[in-house]
Amino acid sequence: MSVTEKMTSPEAVLERENLAYLGDAKGKSEGEWTPKIVAFCCNWCSYAGADLAGNNRASYPAEIKIIRVPCSGRVNPLFILRAFQKGADGVILCGCHPGDCHYMTGNYYTRRRMALLFSMLDYLGVEKGRTRVEWVSASEGAKFAATMNEFAEKIRSLGRNVRLEDIRCRN
Amino acid sequence: MQRIGVFVCHCGSNIAATVDVAAVAEAAKSQPGVVFATDYTYMCSENGQNLIADSIKEYGLTAVVVCSCSPRMHEATFRKVADKAGLNPYMVEIANIREQCSWVHKDTEIGTPKAISLMKTAVAKVNLNTPLQEGESKVTKRALIIGGGIAGIQTALDIADAGYKVDIVEKTPSIGGRMSQLDKTFPTLDCSSCILTPKMTEVAQHENITLYTYSEVESVSGYVGDFTVEIRRKARYVHEDICTGCGLCMTKCPSKKAKNEFNRGLNTRTAIYTPFAQAIPNVPVIDTEACIHFRTGKCGICAKNCAVQAIDYEQKDEIITEKYGAIVVATGFDLIDLKPFGEYAYNLSPDVVSSLELERILNAAGPTSGHLQRMSDHRQPKEMVFIQCVGSRCEDDRRGKPYCSKICCMYTAKQAMLIKDHYPDVNIHVFYIDVRTPGKAFDEFYRRAVEDYGVDYIKGQVGKVTPQADGTLLVHGVDMLDQKVVEINADMVVLAAAVEPNPDIRKLATMLTLSIDNNNFLNEAHPKLRPVEAATAGVFMSGVVQGPRDIPETVAQAGAAAIKVVGLLAKDKLKTNPCVAQSDELYCNGCSVCQNVCPYGAISYTEKEVRDHGVRDTRRIAQVNPALCKGCGACSVACPSGAMNLKGFSNRQIMAEVDTVLCQ
Ligand SMILES: Cc1cc2nc3c(=O)[nH]c(=O)nc-3n(C[C@H](O)[C@H](O)[C@H](O)COP(=O)(O)OP(=O)(O)OC[C@H]3O[C@@H](n4cnc5c(N)ncnc54)[C@H](O)[C@@H]3O)c2cc1C
Ligand code: SF4
Ligand code: SF4
Ligand code: FES
Repeated sequence: MSVTEKMTSPEAVLERENLAYLGDAKGKSEGEWTPKIVAFCCNWCSYAGADLAGNNRASYPAEIKIIRVPCSGRVNPLFILRAFQKGADGVILCGCHPGDCHYMTGNYYTRRRMALLFSMLDYLGVEKGRTRVEWVSASEGAKFAATMNEFAEKIRSLGRNVRLEDIRCRN
Repeated sequence: MQRIGVFVCHCGSNIAATVDVAAVAEAAKSQPGVVFATDYTYMCSENGQNLIADSIKEYGLTAVVVCSCSPRMHEATFRKVADKAGLNPYMVEIANIREQCSWVHKDTEIGTPKAISLMKTAVAKVNLNTPLQEGESKVTKRALIIGGGIAGIQTALDIADAGYKVDIVEKTPSIGGRMSQLDKTFPTLDCSSCILTPKMTEVAQHENITLYTYSEVESVSGYVGDFTVEIRRKARYVHEDICTGCGLCMTKCPSKKAKNEFNRGLNTRTAIYTPFAQAIPNVPVIDTEACIHFRTGKCGICAKNCAVQAIDYEQKDEIITEKYGAIVVATGFDLIDLKPFGEYAYNLSPDVVSSLELERILNAAGPTSGHLQRMSDHRQPKEMVFIQCVGSRCEDDRRGKPYCSKICCMYTAKQAMLIKDHYPDVNIHVFYIDVRTPGKAFDEFYRRAVEDYGVDYIKGQVGKVTPQADGTLLVHGVDMLDQKVVEINADMVVLAAAVEPNPDIRKLATMLTLSIDNNNFLNEAHPKLRPVEAATAGVFMSGVVQGPRDIPETVAQAGAAAIKVVGLLAKDKLKTNPCVAQSDELYCNGCSVCQNVCPYGAISYTEKEVRDHGVRDTRRIAQVNPALCKGCGACSVACPSGAMNLKGFSNRQIMAEVDTVLCQ
């Protein structure tokens, strides 16, 4: 094996990335790390459910950042890959309950599409626990908050995600 | 680069208590594109709105971010403010720092950075916003009703009474539908034609209603407010405008052996006929298969006898084209085919009849002039067996339906009581799985049949009906409550056959891009909140075409469909949602993937001439009809070429949000 081959072998790349990450993590104490979580919420049910959680003053961690989309079916797998590339530690996708999608079939596509994407991500090393689809209706404020708390807890226990992260994006 | 203004609202203390609003405004100032940022106690108040409007003018803002309550509260308000100040309303984005920030977090330490991050995300998105124009489309102030049963009739009358033009297209020679075949109706036992005929006459005489009977919809194009429909008016061979309805032709017609469909084939009719005496219009049609003139070129008796020369053997089908703003589908139902139910001997014995045949037998205008008779020997039956749920709640999908047909329990109780009223000595046994009577005065009605009329209800199913040599029918069943086998020697057996949508609905659903369920019933736009609207904008539904129901429910739904239609026709122009999909012709390869996922049939294709490396070529390119697109974005994700995008929620906008949420 030539030197360049060695340098560019997947193992080597991985090792370097891990070193970079460890070096980074070493600098900070454990307590300083807060996860970054993206929550895609469809406008008609889940975003309204999130609003209701607020109305009821049900709290969930601030690291959950909601992005409003018209329908869960609007979420392109690319958005999720992008999130991991940019350093997300977890991505959750919320939509209307099956049968309730404002656009009738959007969440059925979501369900199938995400099942595939999540197992592919798992294969790439982004564990299943970091990705999740949840149905939250506009009346389920409590469920929204509970789901977010639970998800954030899960991500904390999994720790920082480095698998797909492009460290050039890190800041 | 945009010139962005950021407006941070205190919402009294609702936001300000847990978010340092001034800090948010301060942080905004260093964001790309932001030229102005401020905070204010109540942005939605008149003063707050003026603040935004004035700043738009003063700083020449091209985009606005309001950090406030949820967009579901005030997005529309702030868009209007922008519009009034001369800024495109779609250049406004909301950062939800109340419901999704100040109300969920307890202190400023957490609330402020979160609010700043939400603000930054909104700024990142609005940087990529483009002005969007709400389209306008015209509304043709005319409605089309497909199907002239009670559903179609009532919808038409309600729309016409509100002052709009309505056309009814009915496939058969007369309007009236199934209701015209019924004898009396539950739960009040009033005579069906006594309450239906006045409505039919009203339709015929209404200045706003045009009737196309013996007609079918041939094609539909266009979209909400502007449908173009071709209607085939089948040749009647009788001029509707000349015929006086005297009926002489029918009495003279020598061909009397045609199956009478209206009486469910229980007797025959002439070749020139109206389906029933009160038919509207009262103009006969010639059944060319039965007519001697059409078969042999001879006869011509009807034409000779017609005093006004209304009969024209040369008449041809005619296609007319009309424009409509709204379409109501009300094509109703039929009973399922009973042939596969061999165990009930429907094919073997004329004395095994369907419930609808019994309605005709009981009807004074029916094949037996209303006398209860066996069709085989015209004897009055003494023992009668009713079998419920024939093909309803049936697991075998090759012959039955999984659903409850809803009306059968009630009409069987009705038929039993009507028979007992006239023939108290007839013994009636009803085999049932459950008796379902949810409805006003329904359970009382059923109990009357049991308690006052002594109808014998047996919980259990019938395994076999065997015709006997003496002409009776041996009914072999089980009584599940007494756990025993029951055998009844019946004179007549009545099958409460399952209801199914008129099979034509499949063809119509394709023409109108409607979705139908596994049983061919129409699907609503939303099963709870939009029960009379189809997913295709401008198309509504009424009656059994949506699911089994009785007359009162049908009429109520007809009214609901009518008010939706009136609400649409009352508008002069329709504003269309500008956040619709758009395909980029440079990338689209015409693969049809997007068309397959669009729930609203909004996508079609055009051939475009393109130059590819200097070579002329024609390419198939997806085109979104903004009047039909609802902006779900399904197509934009399905598109394998990245050609499809959703305005207002474009790939770049969402990616920018993702980036900003994470890189801070
Ligand atoms: C045996 C029996 C007894 C019943 N008794 C009662 C009762 O006592 N009380 C009660 O409330 N309800 C009763 N019902 C239910 C009642 O018949 C229905 O609720 C009612 O008829 C539904 O009306 P509709 O207009 O939806 O359908 P329909 O009456 O079926 O009317 C649909 C119309 O559309 C037309 N059509 C179909 N396809 C096309 C096409 N492609 N183009 C144009 N036109 C088309 C048909 O010819 C028909 O005229 C009974 C039903 C049955 C079967
Ligand atoms: S956004 Fe939805 S409604 Fe619009 S064209 Fe695409 S799939 Fe159809
Ligand atoms: S899916 Fe994309 S490439 Fe295929 S037809 Fe639609 S817009 Fe064109
Ligand atoms: S609108 Fe909520 S999932 Fe489609």
